[in-house]
Amino acid sequence: MRRIISATVLNESGVLNRLTGLLTKRQFNIENITVGHTEDPAVSKVTLTVWVEDDCKAEQLVKQLHKQINILKVRDLTNMALVSRELALIKVLTTPDTRSEIKMLIEPFRATVLDVSLENVTLEVTGDGEKIDALIELLRPYGIKEISRTGVTAIPRGTQKKVLELHPYSIM
Amino acid sequence: MKASWVAEKKSVETSLVSGAELFIQGLQDEKVEVLFGYPGGAVLPIYDALYKSEMKHVLTRHEQGAIHAAQGYARVTGKPGVVLATSGPGATNLVTGIADAMIDSIPLVIFTGQVATTVIGTDAFQEADIVGITMPITKHNYQVQRAEDLPRIMKEAFHIANTGRKGPVLIDIPKDVAVKTAEVKEVAGIHLPGYQPTLKPNILQVKRLNEALLQAKRPVLLTGAGVLAAGAEKELVAFAEYHQIPVAQTLLGLGGFPAEHPLCLGMAGMHGTYASNMALYDCDLLIGVGARFDDRLTGNLDHFAKKAVVAHIDIDPAEIGKNVPTEIPIVGCAKETLSALNQTRGNKGDYNEWVIQLTKHKTEFPLTYKTDESELKPQKLMQVLHEVTKGEAIVATDVGQHQMWAAQYYTFLESNRWITSGGLGTMGFGFPAAIGAKVGKPELPVIAVVGDGGFQMTLQELGVLQDWELPVIVVIVNNKSLGMVRQWQEIFYEKRFSHSLLDIQPDFIKLASAYGIDGKRAETEKDVREALTFALASKKPFVLDCVVTADENVYPMIAPGKGLHEMIGVRG
Ligand SMILES: Cc1ncc(C[n+]2csc(CCOP(=O)(O)OP(=O)(O)O)c2C)c(N)n1
Repeated sequence: MRRIISATVLNESGVLNRLTGLLTKRQFNIENITVGHTEDPAVSKVTLTVWVEDDCKAEQLVKQLHKQINILKVRDLTNMALVSRELALIKVLTTPDTRSEIKMLIEPFRATVLDVSLENVTLEVTGDGEKIDALIELLRPYGIKEISRTGVTAIPRGTQKKVLELHPYSIM
Repeated sequence: MKASWVAEKKSVETSLVSGAELFIQGLQDEKVEVLFGYPGGAVLPIYDALYKSEMKHVLTRHEQGAIHAAQGYARVTGKPGVVLATSGPGATNLVTGIADAMIDSIPLVIFTGQVATTVIGTDAFQEADIVGITMPITKHNYQVQRAEDLPRIMKEAFHIANTGRKGPVLIDIPKDVAVKTAEVKEVAGIHLPGYQPTLKPNILQVKRLNEALLQAKRPVLLTGAGVLAAGAEKELVAFAEYHQIPVAQTLLGLGGFPAEHPLCLGMAGMHGTYASNMALYDCDLLIGVGARFDDRLTGNLDHFAKKAVVAHIDIDPAEIGKNVPTEIPIVGCAKETLSALNQTRGNKGDYNEWVIQLTKHKTEFPLTYKTDESELKPQKLMQVLHEVTKGEAIVATDVGQHQMWAAQYYTFLESNRWITSGGLGTMGFGFPAAIGAKVGKPELPVIAVVGDGGFQMTLQELGVLQDWELPVIVVIVNNKSLGMVRQWQEIFYEKRFSHSLLDIQPDFIKLASAYGIDGKRAETEKDVREALTFALASKKPFVLDCVVTADENVYPMIAPGKGLHEMIGVRG
């Protein structure tokens, strides 16, 4: 199953190395990882999406991460109500015929055009992974030249109610 | 008067000292008694400061020797072992020992030299990314960027190494950092927001365990190195005796509970006793204390403690539930937790039948071997070692058959007498570890029990015995083979002894004598007794080359993939 884990880490050299090294050592497969500053300049936030076999492995992962001296806090966000986002930049081949078609197609995704040239357009889309996947599939027939995705970043929602009833990925 | 006082104070405040001097100061602040190390280019400034200081330094003959010695020292003193090596090859030579200390939770603070900050990353002479290399095998590591950071980092490192689940911490010091000067300032306490080990157990879980004890009919304690690390031996005995719970021990936990106690079942695991393994197999309540349920202990997990409610006391939350599903998780130090259990004890369960059954196992299926008067049996050798030393010696072993025989037959009556490489199984560990133990506990006899194979991995440390006249007794269990490998090849590979027979050997006695050390070859029990008695009385280093039965195997044994109840070689 897929897990979204968030770790608050000290903004020191080597932290990321320690964190990813640990995952490799314990055979966790990182699907994506994002890192950035937080409200505190001394602290960074890492958001990991990983595949784990079962709850037991997920618990192991959280505990092992927590053991690291420069990791301050680890949370498994998977079963929490959360807001999660990923950003993708997609360069699609265009012809004069397809350009307006693509524009229409991306509208429901609230993607925006960042760059236009004679042969292609570059789009920006934000959302959960499935939404981005869906858009990519729609665009594929036109010819995708390049994709760059940031990976997921996430934050728990302000109110956590009836967590148990939520499908783990219902809000993604 | 006043003015001069102010001036004096000011000069003290602004006095500048080098990173290397801060290093010495840091060691003194931590009350370090001894360093084990080896010099080289990147640590020349540090060795110069050492030269000018009073700090004791044991120069080993290889960095691996230094780190294993520090491990032996740490195991018997409870203090962190301190290691110093140069950059590049000096640092990489430590890697085996660091990994060993990590997996066996031995507190070490390791200092490595590094090339100057100005050339780090340029593949400079003797540059190796030791911080990167040791990241997965250290509890924590640092590279010091500025001399003024060194005192704080050292304080943190000693704290991290010797608290919580203990382990190795490495500090990499670039050469220019050791040379540059900084002001001497008091370190204002330790601030590690990401490191707060839980020592006190959750009282609710303690209550649950007390309740489970009332329900249980067949409880067993499995005790590991965590008992020794916490110094919880007394609490353990009190707990086991009050409830009358039999005790099985892990390889690393030997000595944590007296071997001759009626409730002691002996060692469990791959070469454990019938009583211990069957207790773990049949129990209805398993209480793990400071043991991590590794595969050599549990055998096939599908058959491990399947009828039991599992309670696990460990200082490291990540160990709980890692290998064995656990109903009663108790995060806490063994000492605090066992005290809490002892303080909250109430009614007792009735385990009489169970204890009788296990005691019967003990008498019916003890550890045994075929005696043969014409040969020196390695098992007998261990029993003789125990007799002659009255079980008082510190025994450090290498890895292989002799290690298992020592574990089975030395009979550890007291704690902190047993040093062995458990998790990593590092050949070459035993002899230098014995040296470190002797440095740490000069008042106790120290015996290195080594194989003829493993001894040859670190025997250059005979130079240290010669140098310091350290009365370590090296007992070579000489079966002219890499015995444990030979045993597996005999049992699982139809006696194809692929590269495991050591017919060609040095003359170990001549070798010892080249280092100015006395030695003797022993071929009978009598030889062993005589030589050992002489060696113990002489208070000098000694090498005893014991020619033992070459094709003896370690039994009982649980083959890989088998359960604890599927022991082979059990004899009544
Ligand atoms: C550094 C290292 N290399 C290889 C091994 C694999 N190994 C385990 S036991 C053993 C044989 C040890 O032989 P010896 O030291 O003679 O001891 P014996 O088993 O004969 O008592 C070997 C090669 C190891 N544990 N460590």
